[in-house]
Amino acid sequence: MEKPTQRVVVTSPRTRAPRARRPYSGTREINEQSELGAVYMRTLIRAQRRLGLSVCLVATGALALLPLLFAIDPELGKFRILGLGLPWFLLCVATCPMLLLAGWFYVRQAERSEREFAELVERP
Amino acid sequence: MTSGYAVVAVLVVALGTILVGTYGLRVSRTTSDFYVASRTVSPWWNASAIGGEYLSAASFVGIAGLIFAYGPDMLWFPVGYTAGYLVLLTMVAAPLRRSGAYTLPDFAEARFRSRGVRAVASILALAIGWLYLLPQLEGAGLTLNTVTGAPDWVGALIVTAVVTVNVMSGGMRSITFVQAFQYWLKLTAIAVPIVFLVVAWQVRGSDSLTRPEYPVFRQDTEVSFQRPTTIHAERSVFVRGTGEIDGARVENTGVVLTEGYHRIGQGSEFTFPKDAPVPHLSTMAHNTNEMWSLPMSSGQDFPLYGAYSLIIATFLGTMGLPHVIVRFYTNPNGTAARRTTLIVLGLLSVFYLMPPMYGALGRLYTPELLMTGQTDAVVLVLPTRMIEGVGGQLLGALVAGGAFAAFLSTSSGLVVSLAGVLSQDVLRLGGVRGFRISTVLAGLVPLAMTFISTGMPVADMVGLAFAVAASSLCPLLMLGIWSSRITKAGAIAGMLAGGVPALTAGLVTMFTDTGDAWYEILLSRPAAWTVPLGFTVMYVVSLLTPRHLPSGVQRTMVKLHAPENLGLDGSGSSSSADERS
Repeated sequence: MEKPTQRVVVTSPRTRAPRARRPYSGTREINEQSELGAVYMRTLIRAQRRLGLSVCLVATGALALLPLLFAIDPELGKFRILGLGLPWFLLCVATCPMLLLAGWFYVRQAERSEREFAELVERP
Repeated sequence: MTSGYAVVAVLVVALGTILVGTYGLRVSRTTSDFYVASRTVSPWWNASAIGGEYLSAASFVGIAGLIFAYGPDMLWFPVGYTAGYLVLLTMVAAPLRRSGAYTLPDFAEARFRSRGVRAVASILALAIGWLYLLPQLEGAGLTLNTVTGAPDWVGALIVTAVVTVNVMSGGMRSITFVQAFQYWLKLTAIAVPIVFLVVAWQVRGSDSLTRPEYPVFRQDTEVSFQRPTTIHAERSVFVRGTGEIDGARVENTGVVLTEGYHRIGQGSEFTFPKDAPVPHLSTMAHNTNEMWSLPMSSGQDFPLYGAYSLIIATFLGTMGLPHVIVRFYTNPNGTAARRTTLIVLGLLSVFYLMPPMYGALGRLYTPELLMTGQTDAVVLVLPTRMIEGVGGQLLGALVAGGAFAAFLSTSSGLVVSLAGVLSQDVLRLGGVRGFRISTVLAGLVPLAMTFISTGMPVADMVGLAFAVAASSLCPLLMLGIWSSRITKAGAIAGMLAGGVPALTAGLVTMFTDTGDAWYEILLSRPAAWTVPLGFTVMYVVSLLTPRHLPSGVQRTMVKLHAPENLGLDGSGSSSSADERS
């Protein structure tokens, strides 16, 4: 390891461009309301809005089809599942797990996209 | 069905609520404690409290009553009450918590930086809260009337008194304990009896619930008519008793009710014989049990419009209820707010399995309620009717206690949030004293309103409160959170354009008799036209007035959407996660 110290000539790099600023962290960009910060935020909000709307629309949209279905063909009500009439089965039994599943999926995805956002903006 | 046990149960619930409340008093001291329990409540506690607060008279007695009377079309009430939380979870839960405001008007001000938007939101929150309190008090009156025969106003008065005292002394911290306890109490009170009732039904040969026959009396049944009633008999029935039929006085003798319509006087008591077909209320569709079990059987005009209007109101209205919203501030952060909401979805799903079972069994065992029109009482009457002796009485007492818990908890939550709005925005009285004065006012107004309303089913009344919330505060929250284009002018115009027609329609339905007019359904189920109106007006007016964009929208958006732990607040410096205390 012990090497004799070598003398080296140090010169400034030959360029007129100012030295590159140390890049700011995303946190600082957002707090200082720069263009980049706005882009970060817009991306997060869009992602969350898309996720929320799609989970919401798929789940409630599926439910909202049912009255139409029963209005078109009331005879469907006579169809039986597990001893229950179809509307009773669908509305009392089947909706709950469906809503819970949708909610669970949403929470998982929303937390994931927030984690990704955090990693993105906290990168130095 | 006067029962000593039930009276005791109601008293125990009322006293227990006060006791738990005063226990909470010891730990709540500062103003911040009073309003949002210092934000130290865990998701499970919080979710139980939301469930306890949310499961109101409509859920406990109203839904079963409507299903009993009108069949599966009414299943949209429990489904909508639950699905509303999915919409709330996906669209507003986390940003609402991150806005860091205490009440809905606080949110309006934080987002729009405008006293005007705040004032409109305050007035609407008050209107929705009072509209929602009214059926709670009516339900309390009905319950006490069913179990003790006391006049309707007694129950309403008791609930108002207990709630006002409790809220005044403990504030919201104690209410969180009370509410969480109430959810589990209510679940027990509705789940335990139904287990016994289903067993009793099975033991007696599990008669089909959907036979193609009209409901009949299963035993000699004494029926008392609380108000003047017009009934229709399909076949002549021989009844005994005292009262008034078609204007003629009957004193303790037998009378033949011929086929056709009859007016029965208030306070009449008649005994109907076993196996006689049940006459039905003239204003209600008469269905065999088979027809009743099919969709679109409720006999209302425009059933499809009614169903969709109800769906829109309940799905979107939940987020605009003032007492539900205030719960989100007691979560420590946005992530916890989401998890809380998910737990709430589960808790509600479990609870809402029960009321339809009561409704269905009621067709077999308490058909006389179809004749008196007191369909909301089906949950309360069923246990004593199906199980004889002390067992039935005890189960009946449990249900009555649970129902009373429902009125107390929902009313408490509403009174807390209304008092918050009143003291901050209307009376402008700060501190604990202002909160107490507001509490009294928040309770007295709906109590006065109970004396002039026309006694429609409680779940329908609650549906109207949902419709107003969905057409005014829901657009404010949804568009305010997800679009940075909404202006102050747009927010105010949208809230008024949706809220005022919905509120007017609600008041007209509640306090006047619209009868069979074709537009009746447009007034009693207004959401399908007022909600789109509110959203459209808010968005279009905002696009037309781009100069009224609130200052610092971008910063507000950062605050609403960025996770708390990153120290982002869009203000350039400090990382205060919670600047308001």
